[in-house]
Amino acid sequence: MKENVIILGGGIAGMEAARQLLLLGERPVIVERADHLGGHVADWHRLFPDKSPAEDLLEGLRPGLEGAEIHLGTTVSSLNALKDGYNLTLSDGSKLHGRALLFATGFELFAAERKEEYGYGIYNQVITNRDLERWFNTGKDSRLSGRPLSKIGFVHCVGSRDLKAGNPQCSKVCCMTAIKQAIELKERFPFAEVYCFYMDLRLFGKKYEDFYIGAQRDWGIHFIRGRVSEVAETLDGRVVVKAEDTLSGRPLKVSLDLLVLMAGMLPNPSATALARQIRLDVDDDGFLRSRDNLAGIIASNRPGVFYAGACTGTKTVPETLAEARSAALAIHNYLQDAK
Amino acid sequence: MIYQGKQKIWSDYQKEIPDDHWFYVRSCIRQNFFPASEAYFVKVVRDLLGRDLYETPHHTTCGGIAYHSDTIPQETAMTIVARQFSLMKEAGYKNLVTSCITSFGNYCEILETWREFPELEARIREHLWKACRREFDKPEYVCHASDVIYKLRNEIAARAKFRLVNKETGEPLRVVEHIGCHYNKMFPSKGVGGAEYPYVLCGMVESWGGQVIDYPERRHCCGFGFRQYLVKANRGYSMSNSHKKFESMEPFRPDMIITNCPGCPYFLDRWQYVVAETQGKTYGQGGFGIPVFTYEEVAGLVLGYDPWDLGLQVHQVAPEPLLDKMGVPFNPETKYLGLNKKDILRPSLPSGLKCF
Amino acid sequence: MTDFGYTLSRSSTVNLDEADRSLWLRLEKLEPDLRLCMACGSCSASCTAAELGGMSLRKVILDLDRGRDPAPIVSACMLCGKCSMVCPRGINTRHLILSLCRIYEKK
Repeated sequence: MKENVIILGGGIAGMEAARQLLLLGERPVIVERADHLGGHVADWHRLFPDKSPAEDLLEGLRPGLEGAEIHLGTTVSSLNALKDGYNLTLSDGSKLHGRALLFATGFELFAAERKEEYGYGIYNQVITNRDLERWFNTGKDSRLSGRPLSKIGFVHCVGSRDLKAGNPQCSKVCCMTAIKQAIELKERFPFAEVYCFYMDLRLFGKKYEDFYIGAQRDWGIHFIRGRVSEVAETLDGRVVVKAEDTLSGRPLKVSLDLLVLMAGMLPNPSATALARQIRLDVDDDGFLRSRDNLAGIIASNRPGVFYAGACTGTKTVPETLAEARSAALAIHNYLQDAK
Repeated sequence: MIYQGKQKIWSDYQKEIPDDHWFYVRSCIRQNFFPASEAYFVKVVRDLLGRDLYETPHHTTCGGIAYHSDTIPQETAMTIVARQFSLMKEAGYKNLVTSCITSFGNYCEILETWREFPELEARIREHLWKACRREFDKPEYVCHASDVIYKLRNEIAARAKFRLVNKETGEPLRVVEHIGCHYNKMFPSKGVGGAEYPYVLCGMVESWGGQVIDYPERRHCCGFGFRQYLVKANRGYSMSNSHKKFESMEPFRPDMIITNCPGCPYFLDRWQYVVAETQGKTYGQGGFGIPVFTYEEVAGLVLGYDPWDLGLQVHQVAPEPLLDKMGVPFNPETKYLGLNKKDILRPSLPSGLKCF
Repeated sequence: MTDFGYTLSRSSTVNLDEADRSLWLRLEKLEPDLRLCMACGSCSASCTAAELGGMSLRKVILDLDRGRDPAPIVSACMLCGKCSMVCPRGINTRHLILSLCRIYEKK
């Protein structure tokens, strides 16, 4: 009988790791708090850099999970380290034991209402990146329906690189997501003026710069270097957005029909709580601390505990998938060595 | 606008306001600008609602106005404040309530500084002892007088003779609420409702029947800014800030402005005159301005006190259009009769702003 | 009107609701690459007329985008074309300036 490999989290990291572990002949068990697999990606419509449907990615991962034990709608009540592995009590009362444990716990999206000055949850015209993806998916959002959108703004770095919001980290994916979403809105509303308010544009990955150039050349999207300071509602039901136009060194304001806040990635607090139960190191930024940040990203400070994806820091989809594969292999080797 | 979203923020920023036993400290300037506001605060809180409110003639400025005008260092302001605390200790009170917003900010800033730097507090204790042989305890609660009226707003509403409702149409009056910067922008958690969507005046307006309007420049400062106004060369800058607010609120057709700061109502009131004289523009209906009030004056009107007893004749912008809307009776003949019916003389009327 | 010895200060705010971008839109038709500028400043850094004349193509493009007339800045250009050699986005900057001058001529 194979030993359980317990995977905490059924997002793309957990799914890919489970799929690889099955191929390696191991016995993965996924514990996922939501009632479905896919994590944040399941909330998304299309993924950069190819604007491929998020559903296609999940569709590609699901068939490989046949044979994995999956607990949906389940959380971990307690986690104990034993001599020969880890013991878990689940929220349904059942118990699990595994020699290896994989944290694929991902991130938590920054709660945009915490940046009170942006008025999320107060002004109808203000939504988040996730709200927009959901609207792309479902076409349902009372804030977006039935209104012509002629002027649209994006605020980069909402809850990222912001000590006041308790998160000094760059969330890495938002610059690219904002440009992707800006183009997607231009596709739907070709005559809309779209403004991206940014501090720095961090377009580091393959094809990202092409997206940026395309956004300027083909779609005429405006990039304004300046962090939005406040948002208020106008009499005619729009929002007026203030920022500094740092390139001209003057204050700037513009009235918009829609403002999209690029909420950033925060450490998942339930992962941190579990990590503390078995004394895993937590990094200064609140994410779980890898054994080292070059060759040991997926390794923890405890034997048998491995990491994949955004539990150790902000990650893109391909990085997450690569770490999941790498973790699966490392777990397989670990179990082999233990024999 | 998602009203529930604001309610959620308001519930996040509720502060504890004691119900009784206050040590009241007055403002340096309010009795000149709004001669009856503080007197009516005392009258309403102590006489009408039966709370224990204590004042001492030995109390002085808190030093905040000089501190913010860059004429005294903070240590001096701290020692002055330490003396106020010693007066409070002497009188046996623990809840400080300030009439002035800058005092409120000054007290909060000093207490917060002492919390961060206890050695500074120790030094100030020494200064106070050397200067006047006094000792002090820090207050348990520091509130602004508008917090107290906010706390008592429903008791006032229960006794209301008039409401913030247009008598003719039955519609709620459209009210601009303006918060003094030192109330909540220094320490958002110390203001009811926080810094972005303050509730302290909204709560009063809602309780007394009015409707608050949220216009784009709502958060903007009145422009007083101490040195901006006190130095004549900067005065145009001060006015420009008020002007920016008037321009932003104008399309919302406000019936009145309610404020909780000494400076804001003064400047929002007087600048309407200067803007009218220099730009030829007025913001109220029919050539009038938008009447500006302190929250005590509004509470007084709601409770049915005589507008001239409330000191409304010293406002630059005529309050009469609002009194008519509310249905508050007033006698134009007695407008310029002061205390004991003494004739306080009639001001000359401006050319650009309609007044009585 | 009364003279108080002070008056309203002029707002320096860039109000995009009121910005007149007609000049940008006319130039954009002739020079679509205008959109590619990312305000890196290479053009201004290499400009022979920047130091003494105040020319900055970066500022010209920014002014056009924000609805301000950059004529006073452009008038300092010596048309040497050095900027076109350094633009990382490959904008034909000299050609762009000439097109702008042609628009001014027609005005």
